[in-house]
Amino acid sequence: MRRTIGLTLNGQPAQVEADERENLLDVLRGPLGLSGPRFGCGLGQCGSCAVLVDGEEKPACALDLAAVEGKAVLTLEGLGSPERPHPLQTAFLDLQAGQCGYCLAGILVGAKALLDRNPDPSREQIAGALAWHLCRCGVHNRVLDAVALAARRMREGVPA
Amino acid sequence: MSLPAMLAANPRLDRWVGFEPDGRARIAFGRMEYGQGVGTSLAQMAADELDVPFARLRVVAAATGDIPDEGLTVGSMSTEFSGPAIRTACAEVRALFTAAAAARLGCAPAELDVREGRFLQGGQPTGLDYWALAGEVDLARDATGEARLKPVEEMRRIGESEPRLDLPPKVFGEAFLHDIALPGMRHARVLRQPGPQARLVSLDEAAIRRAAPDVDILVDHAFVALICDSEGAAIRAHAAAEAAARWEGVRQLDATHDEPAALKALPHETFEAGPPAPQATNRRRVTATYGKPYLSHASIGPSAGIAQYEDGRLTIWTHNQGVYPMRALAARITGLDPSAIEVIHAQGPGCYGHNGADDPPIDAALIALRRPGRPVRVQWRREDEFGWAPVGTAMLMELTAELDPSGRLVDYTAEIWNTAHTGGRGGAVAESALAGYSPPPPAPQRILPDGTRFSGGLLNAEPSYDIEAVRTVEHVIAPPPVRTSSLRSLGGAPNTFASESFIDELAELSGTDPLAYRLAMLSEPRGRAVLEKLAQMCGWSRRGQAGTGHGLGLGYDRHRNRGGFVACAAEVEVEAEVRLVRMWCAADAGLIVNPDGARNQIEGGMIMAASWTLKEQVKFGGPGIASTTWDDYPILRFDEVPPVEIELLNTRDPRPYGVGELSQGAAMAAIANAVAHALGARVRELPLTREKIAAALLAS
Repeated sequence: MRRTIGLTLNGQPAQVEADERENLLDVLRGPLGLSGPRFGCGLGQCGSCAVLVDGEEKPACALDLAAVEGKAVLTLEGLGSPERPHPLQTAFLDLQAGQCGYCLAGILVGAKALLDRNPDPSREQIAGALAWHLCRCGVHNRVLDAVALAARRMREGVPA
Repeated sequence: MSLPAMLAANPRLDRWVGFEPDGRARIAFGRMEYGQGVGTSLAQMAADELDVPFARLRVVAAATGDIPDEGLTVGSMSTEFSGPAIRTACAEVRALFTAAAAARLGCAPAELDVREGRFLQGGQPTGLDYWALAGEVDLARDATGEARLKPVEEMRRIGESEPRLDLPPKVFGEAFLHDIALPGMRHARVLRQPGPQARLVSLDEAAIRRAAPDVDILVDHAFVALICDSEGAAIRAHAAAEAAARWEGVRQLDATHDEPAALKALPHETFEAGPPAPQATNRRRVTATYGKPYLSHASIGPSAGIAQYEDGRLTIWTHNQGVYPMRALAARITGLDPSAIEVIHAQGPGCYGHNGADDPPIDAALIALRRPGRPVRVQWRREDEFGWAPVGTAMLMELTAELDPSGRLVDYTAEIWNTAHTGGRGGAVAESALAGYSPPPPAPQRILPDGTRFSGGLLNAEPSYDIEAVRTVEHVIAPPPVRTSSLRSLGGAPNTFASESFIDELAELSGTDPLAYRLAMLSEPRGRAVLEKLAQMCGWSRRGQAGTGHGLGLGYDRHRNRGGFVACAAEVEVEAEVRLVRMWCAADAGLIVNPDGARNQIEGGMIMAASWTLKEQVKFGGPGIASTTWDDYPILRFDEVPPVEIELLNTRDPRPYGVGELSQGAAMAAIANAVAHALGARVRELPLTREKIAAALLAS
């Protein structure tokens, strides 16, 4: 059924006129005009489209729009911007933690969810939290180092 | 003077370099960025040769007409082949501007220097820079190649880890072709023909319209596209169309043909090279057969493309490996003149060779021609990318060695079965669905200067050691059972996996340590240096007994037997499955332009190689490839990736070699050898799964 659905998107109230059965990823990339969440598999298997829903990491491709009604959705765009980067974004650039970069949007969002619940994760904990995210270029070690670097800077209050 | 090949093909200097009114230096090259960092390292070379600040460069976005035609961005060759072209062009531009500055100042050019874009005389500013002279120097002229390139010791930017130009947008969410939203753009999905002979018998369009009422259904012979205003509607229409289509002549692939051993039964041509096979001797003869399955490029994002046909002109947006080859492909398939086609490149997910990237732009172009006006975007599904993109061919490698009484390797034969590694180039999956389609004649064979035929299968088929007699026998299967095309390293890495596994087996037979066995037949000092460095890094001397469940193994090759030198080691623990504990790499790729970028490429190659070695195999079934989701095609994950240590040697040697596919063969071999050491038994066919390990242990 087509109707107006309200949510909080990257900290701002948002409304979208759509069928509530529409796929969340299609709505985010379509009418809501975002490009951070990426289409990778459509089956919740690769993590490219990860978003936070009320702080919890979910594959947007596996959710209906109705599932986020009245909830807070955070995408990569909500982490930071070139002018005001999130410490994770700064750390990924400092360590050049990326090649093609297609997986990074989901990984950054997933890493934020991890640091929100555990500000001092071990390497194994970071790897475990990101294990459902696929990366094909092989930048895993740099990503693990960048998340650890961002966590340390955030604990120490280093400005991004 | 002879020009570098890419400059000879595009000799006009203003195609490569220009000085713009806004104070930027414009640099153009025909290599596509897809995250390998090529744009940054080529820009570093230009900045060094011109001597302008890196921040003042503007790298021209890749589009037909705007950049030099350098063909495809493939084979780990950009630094090695595009680099000299850019450096030569920039050196000549520097010389022309220096001469112009000297004329203005009334001095000899030799009295002038360029620093940060400014001309200095006796170390003092002259008030002249490139931009002040831009009106006086006409770059619409052909390069002569007569200007002197800077020697390595004068280079200041080469060797610096300049941050990648392409990375910032990727961490802020806007970087890819997939994100382009043109005004009026529609979204389409194509119903894939289930095999090239399949005929569309009927399509229940009413059923499709029930799922997506506003869908524009395009049916032309067996080419069916569902075109909608929103991507969600196109997805629903496509799903309905899959159920609403009836096909005849659907291909049924033999599911057992996905095993390397099945290659032997397929039609093939045979090519032999090297000295005749030895007569009966009293030498010890050893044979072993290794296999590598079909592998998917497995890009994280399925391919996408956009096309618009308006006023007789076709515009294509693609993330493929070259805008000019895409224009040629589109011209051939659509019948349009190339001059009526513009191709614009935008970045896409890493491709690692010829993945699906060429296909959605062709899908979109075919739709756009039949629906002129609005732009059409085609996004492949995950199932399309896994199922219909070309894959890397399976390979079977039957290796035979003769050892002299001391155990030394004196005669070596590599007999290989594979499909042509570059065979899928210049085609698109949509073609067979068009009316009047007949398969194009086989691509002309590429003959190398030494008279041998290039399929990609013989790269590194000859081990990178001093062996008295080496011969190759290559069986090239045609037609391939599924679309196959280039995958990072072509036959190179699989051949090194096989030969370096075999050499470990020969070392064991002769009772020699594998490292010592290799060094005894390696006179090349740069090769010895990487092996000796690697041995230090991984603590080779601590390597213990075989069969303990803990293994250390190594592998070595020279990339394509003419490029960089590389040695890798792996430490593993094997219970039911293999766990990678750690990996190491020592590499000598000569001059390193961007050390951090080189390390990133080398490590990425090792991890991809680890994933190939331990996990990956394309499965056949039904009309084509049956492994169409990440559940069917697992790759190495964050909690399975080992720490990696890399040392770069000899990085100021004047000649650069490519690093993009340098590490993969040695890494595959290192893991295979470490697993054999851990097990005390050899698994000769990839991937090294739980089942294959159990079988090898039972057999031993």
